[in-house]
Amino acid sequence: MADPEIKSYAPHHESQSAAVTESRPAKAVLMIVTFAFLGIFLLLPLIVVFNEAFAKGLGAYTEALTNPDTRSAIHLTLLVAAISVPLNVVFGISAAWAIAKFEFKGKAFLTTLIDLPFSVSPVISGLVYVLLFGAQGLLGAWLKAHGIVILFAVPGIVLATIFVTFPFVARELIPLMQEQGNGDEEAALSLGANGWQAFWYVTLPNVKWGLLYGVLLCNARAMGEFGAVSVVSGHIRGLTNTMPLHVEILYNEYNAAAAFAVASLLAGLALVTLVLKTLLEMRYGAEIAATRGH
Amino acid sequence: MTTAPAKAGWRFRQPSVIPGFGLTLGFSLAYLTLIILIPLSGLIWRSAALGWADFWAIATDRRTVNALEISFGTAFIAAAVNVVFGTIVAWVLVRYNFPGRRIVDAMVDLPFALPTAVAGIALTTLYAPNGWLGSLLAPLGIKVAYTPLGIVIALIFIGLPFVVRTVQPIMEEIDKEVEEVAATLGANRFQTIARVLLPGLAPAIVTGFALAFARGVGEYGSVIFIAGNLPYKSEIAPLLIVIRLEEYNYAAATAIAAIMLALSFVMLLVINLVQTWSRKRYG
Repeated sequence: MADPEIKSYAPHHESQSAAVTESRPAKAVLMIVTFAFLGIFLLLPLIVVFNEAFAKGLGAYTEALTNPDTRSAIHLTLLVAAISVPLNVVFGISAAWAIAKFEFKGKAFLTTLIDLPFSVSPVISGLVYVLLFGAQGLLGAWLKAHGIVILFAVPGIVLATIFVTFPFVARELIPLMQEQGNGDEEAALSLGANGWQAFWYVTLPNVKWGLLYGVLLCNARAMGEFGAVSVVSGHIRGLTNTMPLHVEILYNEYNAAAAFAVASLLAGLALVTLVLKTLLEMRYGAEIAATRGH
Repeated sequence: MTTAPAKAGWRFRQPSVIPGFGLTLGFSLAYLTLIILIPLSGLIWRSAALGWADFWAIATDRRTVNALEISFGTAFIAAAVNVVFGTIVAWVLVRYNFPGRRIVDAMVDLPFALPTAVAGIALTTLYAPNGWLGSLLAPLGIKVAYTPLGIVIALIFIGLPFVVRTVQPIMEEIDKEVEEVAATLGANRFQTIARVLLPGLAPAIVTGFALAFARGVGEYGSVIFIAGNLPYKSEIAPLLIVIRLEEYNYAAATAIAAIMLALSFVMLLVINLVQTWSRKRYG
């Protein structure tokens, strides 16, 4: 890979010889196509969200957001993210340590398995937990006998969210830690540090921006997940509705203004995520793994 | 912590002075098994337990077949559209310098960051007969919302960043000398792009297509609002799974999920082969 710093921000300054660049009209056409396509497919939907959210005025907007059902949906979404993101961070760090710092048999296979949730439909991610914990599920009878509720309750929502956000942190850290090698840790160990100290004082500072990048993407998905959570939630208003599910309910009740009000919070979260992500790429491009997007 | 076996010959891992292998690998494997592997094998086990006759009956049910056709068909069209426009977008972002380029570049990731349900209701509002774009298209007799075309629109939105972000880094690495050589040898710009640059980008474009396609097949949140969800006409396979679950028809839900997983797996395998082939040919 080329130096990511150069790669990320320096636009190529083409020499103006006609043979290695497009003619001016061709350039203009390509620019127009790009702006029209992105304008229609990305910008317009975003504008619609905020436009519809405020369509009935600021009063209706704040009323929709302070509604008790909305507030409980916001609480639940924050709670689910607060449980699932840290768990996936611990897993991501642990998996990256094992995979990047050591050579062992089956490493490539393990890396593939970690990516598995990205190739499974969110609905199927929810379905597998229904098959496991549902009334007709493999563990359904046992759970019922012991009074443990997982499905159509918070634990199920957390599990489904962990499933769909599983690879984010690991897949950011693995290439980064592989790139950085073991030299720093070996130096720390030879100077008398123990394993934990090497991790806390050497590895973690080395990967902190990459880690933050992974957490950012993981959190955005955790708070916005719809399909998987929809299957396991049971849609109990005020109890098991996350923000995206609440958006759906309001929308289906023809309460578009309220649906878009809640949606505008999620769109705001998406915009903040994009801004932070771009800042991280600009400032610390070299300290974030070469993989972009996700 | 674990100690490396001292014997020579087959070794599970290479010796290293770094500690923590047993702890981190053990934890990672346990977490992976509990969260991903056991639940997924539960799905496979359940569908295997169905028996061939039942499975076949569900798989050949008209509604199932139509839903699968719609999911795979619309995802294919959307990924193809994204290949064309995504490649153009990537080219403009890599090669041209214009004010706001960074913002446009960042915007491309919006579909990754925007929750799918939000995208779904926004696109539906936009393309509904009285929406900003729907009202422009209605006089032309084009109906987008509540038709399969709406599904394609939603999947174009969802898949765009996959193509751009796969193709973009490869474009950035293109050595300009190659283009200069082509030009010196008398190729015009179009020939240089078509015969020199595009073949080199082919593996990345195929990968971007595959990622966008795979994501589109499984997509749920952004589609269900705009699709209209008419059985046999605009009902996607993930929605049919949800409907079967709501009917407590676990068998049908499981079977459809298993078929989707198998088909996606086959598609990815095929695309992998195409990729290996194109890398060999143009690599």
